[in-house]
Amino acid sequence: MSETQQSMNPSRHFDELPDAPPKRKIRLSWAGKLGIAVLVFWAIIVVIGPSISPYHEAEFLEESLFIVPGSDEKYPDTDFQPPSRIVLLGSDYMGRDTLSRILFGARTTIGISFIATILAYLIGVTLGIAAAVGYRFQYRGFTIIELDTVLSRLNDALLSIPSIMLGLVMIAALGSTIPLLIVLTGIIYAASVFRIARSLGQEVMVSDFVEAARVRGEGLWWIITREILPNVAMPLATDFGLRFVWVILFISALSFLGLGVQPPMSDWGSMVKENLPGLIYGSVAPLVPSLAIATLTISVNMIVDDISAQTGGKLAKRMIS
Amino acid sequence: MIWRALLGRLGISVATLFVVSVLIFIGTNLLPGDVAQILLGQMATPESLAALQAKLGMDEPGHVRYFMWLRDVATGDMGFSKAGLGAGNATPIVQILEPRIFNTLQLTSMVAVIAIPIALFLGLLAAMHPGTRLDRTVTFSTLSLISVPDFFVATFLVLIFAVYLGWLPSIAYLRGDETGWGLIRALAMPALTLIIIVSAQIIRMTRATVLNVMSSPYIEMAILKGVPRRRIILRHALLNAIGPIVNVIALNLAWLVGGVVIVEQIFAYPGLAKLMIDAVLVRDLPLVQACAMIFCASYVVLIFIADMASILSNPRLRHPK
Repeated sequence: MSETQQSMNPSRHFDELPDAPPKRKIRLSWAGKLGIAVLVFWAIIVVIGPSISPYHEAEFLEESLFIVPGSDEKYPDTDFQPPSRIVLLGSDYMGRDTLSRILFGARTTIGISFIATILAYLIGVTLGIAAAVGYRFQYRGFTIIELDTVLSRLNDALLSIPSIMLGLVMIAALGSTIPLLIVLTGIIYAASVFRIARSLGQEVMVSDFVEAARVRGEGLWWIITREILPNVAMPLATDFGLRFVWVILFISALSFLGLGVQPPMSDWGSMVKENLPGLIYGSVAPLVPSLAIATLTISVNMIVDDISAQTGGKLAKRMIS
Repeated sequence: MIWRALLGRLGISVATLFVVSVLIFIGTNLLPGDVAQILLGQMATPESLAALQAKLGMDEPGHVRYFMWLRDVATGDMGFSKAGLGAGNATPIVQILEPRIFNTLQLTSMVAVIAIPIALFLGLLAAMHPGTRLDRTVTFSTLSLISVPDFFVATFLVLIFAVYLGWLPSIAYLRGDETGWGLIRALAMPALTLIIIVSAQIIRMTRATVLNVMSSPYIEMAILKGVPRRRIILRHALLNAIGPIVNVIALNLAWLVGGVVIVEQIFAYPGLAKLMIDAVLVRDLPLVQACAMIFCASYVVLIFIADMASILSNPRLRHPK
């Protein structure tokens, strides 16, 4: 019975090939587990957030909600209200419920950042690996130019422009829409993904087992999919976490400058910006979205830290630089 | 041998700057708006417009205009800003840039002088006692600090020092005649924010690199010889960790020149980054180009210096095989 199952399941079969990298079990410390718990919490909010939120993100709360029983104040202020039974996390500068805006904004902020990071990875890893395996543009058998040289120079140039400035100029030129925001962020962060994918790929390319595969007569595609990708997958997965954090910070920063997600959609970065004046009145409205971003990014970093501590310090070093 | 390595790096830096200038030229030309139109303002007739366009060389094809622009920039002529055109006299960009560059350098040097020694000290201290309570405190707090957005740190500090304690002003507007104590007071809030952000990065990098070196065989040898731990770290490990540490310091300094948009925005500090944001918002093309060139040039120069430092500090790189 088990034999037939094995032969029917090709992926199981692949694991036992000699060129499959050894499986490593990762055991998370309490910090990593806490990180995962927070991450799962936000993932659930992304899915169900809008349906459990008490109000709509763009709904202005009625003044009647805030009338204190017994007082003759008929028209109380609805903006910058402190947390109460009616508004659990207070209200914002226009008298909207902060909690609802956080719940709706989770989908915007996390969704945009996640898609942008995936885009950055698709571009960065594809080009990075192509550069690492030494792809050349050839014309009648002569190498005109190496892909690696072209991409590396272009990449250095992209990295030397502060990413927030690059985003700023492009958004000023093309306008701020969500698809543009995603594509722009994806391209900007593809530059750093490219660097890592390329250096990881180069490391694997010079290893003995790739040499052996070449001598065996394996094609480039086989080497990329069977030798390189499995060996760079783990470091890249860890790096994905870090990159995701930076993308969240980047998107939030753009929104904070008023160039990211446009109102009345709620987004954590723009929520901080909108409510900044409330800081002087001691309102929690600007702090809640900041804290939401912080819990998310800190927890992702804790997981990444935990994993890279177990896979050796080399990885962490490469990822920071 | 060493000269070859230096020249190679220099060549790459120049190539990067060249690609950057092309990217900036293309990028800013995507921005809507025409310099001749702006210069003439309301006096624009089709004839005068065409005449001025011809005089400015704007009827030339793109690549010719690019080289004209490059020649001007190389000779220090940044052109004219859109600002002040309403009054009939255009301001040379160099005049606008000068005070801003001074302000940025003022803040950057203040942050660097305070942050770098503190960060190196804390990073080494954490690396000397890995796993202790001190190390865990440093690791966790720096991890949190690099994960949260800049505006989170900034708003928190404003809340504490400006709102609750009332010690410091919440904006850092410079009149230009501050000296001594007044200047320090005005710069305190943005500087403190940046010191915290920058130190966190350098501390993490220092700790990671030193610990990474600590796992190499020659350190094991030194331990077996009975060399005291302090001496191992300061004499054996630190010297070999200089390369990556200098690199992360350079990256942070480059970020301080151009990436501090958020902090300059929050505290209304008249630095280069805020100048560029304002220029982008009013579509002041030449000014945007000038700022972007300064940011990229400072990045390229700083990274070049860092690369030099790591080549000089590492005999294996000094004498490549």
